[in-house]
Amino acid sequence: MSEAHSGLVAHQFETAEQQRETANLGMWSFLITEVMMFGALFTAYGFYRTKYPAAFAAGSDHLDYLMGAFNTAVLICSSLTMALAVQAAQHGKRKGIILFLLLTILLGGVFLGVKVLEYADKYEHHLIPGIHFSVDSSYAAQIELFYCFYFAMTGLHALHMIVGITILGILVALSHRRRFSTDYYNPVEMAGLYWHFVDIVWIFLFPLLYLIGRS
Amino acid sequence: MSAHKIPARIYYLIFATLLLLTMITVEVAFYDIGILSFPVALGIACFKSTLVILYFMHVRYGTGLTGLFVSAGFIFLAILMVFTLMDLNTRDWQVQPDESGISLAAPFDHGYGIGKQLR
Amino acid sequence: MSNTVAAASRPEPDNNYLTAGYGLKSWLLTTDHKRIAILYLIMISVFFVIGGLFAVLIRLELLTPAGDLVSSDTYNKLFTLHGLVMIFFFLIPSIPAVMGNFLIPLMIGARDLAFPRINLLSWYVFAIGGMTTFAVVLFGGVDTGWTFYTPYSSTYSKTAVGLTAIGVFITGFSSILTGLNFVVTIHKMRAPGLTWFRLPLFVWAHYATSLIMLIGTPVVAITILLVFLERVFGVGIFDPALGGDPVLFQHLFWFYSHPAVYIMILPSMGVISEVVACFSRKRIFGYGFVAFSSLAIAVLGFLIWGHHMFTSGQSIFAGMVFSILTMLVAIPSAVKVFNWTATMYKGSISYETPMIYVFGFLGLFTVGGLTGLFLGALGLDVHVHDTYFVVAHFHYIMVGGAIMGYLAALHFWWPKITGKLYSEAWAKLSAIIIFIGFNLTFFPQFLVGYLGMPRRYHVYPDEFQIFQVLSTAGASILAIGYAFPAFYLTWSLFRGKAAPANPWNAKGLEWTVPSPPPKHNFDTIPVVEEEAYDYSRLEEEVV
Ligand code: HEM
Ligand SMILES: [Cu+2]
Repeated sequence: MSEAHSGLVAHQFETAEQQRETANLGMWSFLITEVMMFGALFTAYGFYRTKYPAAFAAGSDHLDYLMGAFNTAVLICSSLTMALAVQAAQHGKRKGIILFLLLTILLGGVFLGVKVLEYADKYEHHLIPGIHFSVDSSYAAQIELFYCFYFAMTGLHALHMIVGITILGILVALSHRRRFSTDYYNPVEMAGLYWHFVDIVWIFLFPLLYLIGRS
Repeated sequence: MSAHKIPARIYYLIFATLLLLTMITVEVAFYDIGILSFPVALGIACFKSTLVILYFMHVRYGTGLTGLFVSAGFIFLAILMVFTLMDLNTRDWQVQPDESGISLAAPFDHGYGIGKQLR
Repeated sequence: MSNTVAAASRPEPDNNYLTAGYGLKSWLLTTDHKRIAILYLIMISVFFVIGGLFAVLIRLELLTPAGDLVSSDTYNKLFTLHGLVMIFFFLIPSIPAVMGNFLIPLMIGARDLAFPRINLLSWYVFAIGGMTTFAVVLFGGVDTGWTFYTPYSSTYSKTAVGLTAIGVFITGFSSILTGLNFVVTIHKMRAPGLTWFRLPLFVWAHYATSLIMLIGTPVVAITILLVFLERVFGVGIFDPALGGDPVLFQHLFWFYSHPAVYIMILPSMGVISEVVACFSRKRIFGYGFVAFSSLAIAVLGFLIWGHHMFTSGQSIFAGMVFSILTMLVAIPSAVKVFNWTATMYKGSISYETPMIYVFGFLGLFTVGGLTGLFLGALGLDVHVHDTYFVVAHFHYIMVGGAIMGYLAALHFWWPKITGKLYSEAWAKLSAIIIFIGFNLTFFPQFLVGYLGMPRRYHVYPDEFQIFQVLSTAGASILAIGYAFPAFYLTWSLFRGKAAPANPWNAKGLEWTVPSPPPKHNFDTIPVVEEEAYDYSRLEEEVV
């Protein structure tokens, strides 16, 4: 019982090991709910894409696939830096944690910056559903539907990025105050899982939104 | 602590593979491979996510329980998708997409009682 | 390691969870699962009363064939709010958030849930969702039915659908957080020796429930959010005029909402297992089957949602597939009912109040489940869909099943939760009144539904009046039955005799700690060395 009540282990746990495993399982349970939440959007997307294949291809045509590809690469880089941050935490390298977390935040910022450019471009081209939408097509309504999903899915994803960046920012501060050690770095590890999940969502969003009907 | 420490080399390897696969996805999208293009794009995306889950998220080195949780998420998602699309693809009142890609719903004949399959 | 028996035999615990701190702040900032359970109890009791008031108005309106009490618009709002409040704010949190919260850590020998602060957060989220729904009432109500069917909800309804959508969206997260906490707790916080197959079946049932909460709730949350966005931005995600597909909404909605009916009934089933074993003085018959049937119900529950959409324009093929799969879910449900009955066989049954509720549950759930099979048969459902037959079906399960289970739990664990004994005579009387009132309310609805009276109308042909009058009469009796516990339970708080640690002589770790339990549940984490419900051993010890 020496480990318990040493300050790092909350009262409901017996050991630090139990606490770590619990946090891990909790995070994975949370990610299941995230899979289902994005999954519902993907289902609806799949439903309408099956129903209106040509309209979806036409909608996708208005997206800049180079920007999408660039952002994919940025997110993959950020996943790498995130993984390295967790690794630094495992080895108790405080400077490493801070460095890699800052890099991850930076890459996340770049991703969001590109998204802002893209959204602005969509506004200029009258591609904001409901508010500002006009395309010259006999099936404009269906193309609008594509853009509903484009904005719903990338918007929800961007929201997750913003939350993720905030969390990473807090972790940098905590790490700066030497809150983590090789015995206790659960928060870094959990944030890592979250960040990789957000990356995975984008791995699906990119081909499904940007790359249809290109051939 | 029992966390498995993975050598950085593996992270870089996965990273390179992911970038490569991204390039392949983009490339493939421009080839006309007909109905294959969607399954190929989806397949690559699935493969990429599997790499992220197994290595970046350490599931490969984790307990079976974590693996079970991950699969559970995707299995239930598959259930949602398969049954929903099953309905869409077997509707007899729904005109299938024409060349324009727009399927126009037939005047609302409620489907039941006079189904084509049953006639 | 000191042993737990010492803790159990200490007669008057000086520092139980109720006396471990005073003042509003000590309650509103608590992370003690037991106090959070009490917070939930207060909150859902309020919602139950509100939902009940809507029901009273509905029943009064239906007393006469003409629409003389309220207008059709008001009537639409009444049944919508009744359904919303009862389902999202009473039944879904009822047993899990109150009883599960209080009991799971005690039953598995843990000091708290895995994430105590998230537990508190879930209550606040619930409270905010609830307040939003109150606001809906102030803003003139909502009239879409609890099912939010599009495009009526997304395009045409002039009522506060957006605000309601936000309320339900928020409340969903409280359910997700509770489920997440339970899943992780049950996996990681069990006392040494408490293997999966030694767990009380109440815990198994809550595990299955929590899985549904985790997997289903996010889907309905995002779907409701899409309806909200569609209203705000005037886009056509589910609007057929703009290329949207309303049936897709129904798929996404029922993907959650069919499993959600199991969120409501599974915890009750867990309660029944505990109570049946205790008052039959026997181990549950076929423990493994009962445990796995909970999981089977949770998983199969996700395969059958299309039985709500037989007449909605879903393809006939999909309808047939869903109809066949629906039949499957009856198997694990029946397994449970048979095993409870077999548990009672040759048991030494005694008739305390919780057991009376169990008898009520067994009969009413069976009727509700079997009529569910009628409805699940595609051909028959075309006839009775959207009639009072459906209304009767789900009230038999939700009121006759889930609420009976809730009341059984409340009476069974009341001494543990409050440390007070209530009056058995009053409690038995009210259980019997509830049973009679319930049947008089809802049985006529099967008949009037089968004769063709559609649900959700406030005027109806004269020949149906006799059934509606019977129903309203029954509802009055039911209301009296529900009012009783409010009085004698409250009375027991102030005047009731102090409860011993184990008033029912029941098995289970929660009965080894004093009533009410101490703040951190166990002085020393217990070591479990016996199977669940080992009543034979208990009898030997007593002798
Ligand atoms: C044996 C298992 C069950 C089966 C086979 C079953 C079957 C069905 C079917 C086919 C319907 C659709 C009827 C229609 O709209 O035409 C239905 C409706 C309903 N059932 Fe069940 N059911 C079962 C258990 C439950 C349980 C356990 C609950 C609740 C705790 C429940 C609550 C409901 C509700 C609320 C509705 C109506 C939803 C609405 O349209 O507002 N059912 N059931
Ligand atoms: Cu159902």
